[in-house]
Amino acid sequence: MLRDAALVAGKDLRLEARSRVALNQIAPFALLVLILFAFALDPDRGLLARATPGLYWVAVLLCTLLAVQRSFGVEAADGNRDALRLSGLAPGGIFLGKAAAVAVQLLALEVLLGLGVVVLYNTPVGGWLLLGSTCLAATAGVAAAGTLYGVLAAGLRVRETLLPLLLLPVLAPVLIGSTRAFEAALSGAAADGWPWVGLLAVFALVYIVAGALAFGPLLEES
Amino acid sequence: MTTPVASGSQAGPGAPDAGPRGVLSRGTVVLGVAVLLGAAALTLLGLWGTPEDRVQGEMVRLIYIHPPAATTAYVGCFLTTVGSVLVLWKRSQWWDLVAGSAAEIAAVFCAITLLTGMLWGKPTWGVFWVWDARLTSTAMLMLLLVGYLALRRLPADREVRSRRAAWLGLLLVPNVILVRQSVEWWRTLHQEPTLSLPGAKIEGLQLFTMSFGFLVFFAAFAWLLVVRFRVAWLEEQVEEQGLDAAIADRRAEAGPTGRADVEAR
Repeated sequence: MLRDAALVAGKDLRLEARSRVALNQIAPFALLVLILFAFALDPDRGLLARATPGLYWVAVLLCTLLAVQRSFGVEAADGNRDALRLSGLAPGGIFLGKAAAVAVQLLALEVLLGLGVVVLYNTPVGGWLLLGSTCLAATAGVAAAGTLYGVLAAGLRVRETLLPLLLLPVLAPVLIGSTRAFEAALSGAAADGWPWVGLLAVFALVYIVAGALAFGPLLEES
Repeated sequence: MTTPVASGSQAGPGAPDAGPRGVLSRGTVVLGVAVLLGAAALTLLGLWGTPEDRVQGEMVRLIYIHPPAATTAYVGCFLTTVGSVLVLWKRSQWWDLVAGSAAEIAAVFCAITLLTGMLWGKPTWGVFWVWDARLTSTAMLMLLLVGYLALRRLPADREVRSRRAAWLGLLLVPNVILVRQSVEWWRTLHQEPTLSLPGAKIEGLQLFTMSFGFLVFFAAFAWLLVVRFRVAWLEEQVEEQGLDAAIADRRAEAGPTGRADVEAR
């Protein structure tokens, strides 16, 4: 199953390396969101620096929507969904592979967004260990949940509008957890942040297991 | 019109069991009348029969409908998830309709909960909304339900839609728990929970009225569930038989020439 996952993840990342959709469209979109936040909130009063954790993670979630749409967009064309079904790969492996590919792209995006908030919002950064763990745990959860809801909405006629409605309420715990953990890290009170990383890890685990189990039946019908 | 419908649902080769023929039966009429009478009695008791509260004044009267509505919404969510599990396990169309009906009614009761909560909040706290754990998680529950119902309304093959809705419904209760837990932590890290309904000291007629409220809301839920289920069932029957009828019509249009063609071959 892990070998299948590596194959699918490799395929998706190769597709990305050649098509550069995430690089050319999703990454600029992420920066655009950061700039829009600066327009919305007064940049002069330090409000942006204080609100950085929340703004950062809202930007990540918006990008997640795009990344997941893209991840299933590439399967929609030319009957790829059927090809994936007939490939003989373990469905759980396909799920893990697709989620891993989304996670890798999101992690790259998070580094970029991190640079963005440091430069644009003038946010002082600290607590690297907590920041890194939060990113890893949150991204795993977001990618797993995103992939599961992505396949739920995939192949339906109104999937573009349906996915945000289904996915964003489910990701609320991730937004809460990662924002609080970032706040703790940035304010130098790392001990307050670790329970939130625990919540994020539990969320990720629940969705990785649920996705690996549900992906086969969901891919099978339709 | 009536005869083919009746014979169709009996003799249909794939029909698992004969479903309901109409929306109302004697049982639902009796239950419906009981619910109406109960609601009228609850209104009388709640608005005039019970005294006002020493602390909350008139606002206490919302306690007769707010907690029952909230509990009923949770029951509906639970039923949706149970129904979804049974759809995936037994591939039952029956449970699919129960799950969908329960979610719809849960959304309505959830809306009533939010609305009455806000009506209570404005005079009590001075604002319609505070970022309290309970309010926030109820709002998130409402959004999860709306998402589920949106998926159910999609134009897709019935089988596909029912399976996908079932997976989503299966995740409903775990998601409600996750969201609730995280929201609770989120708020309690910042502030002590500020609201708890003063239910501990409730007694006498007020206690009776509140319990009666629960009874009326549960009965209303049951009535709505049965009727909504029957409507959904009949809708599906119409859809199926509409297709059969259309095919029969086209065949009839082809008329004797078409039949002669087939016989000649």
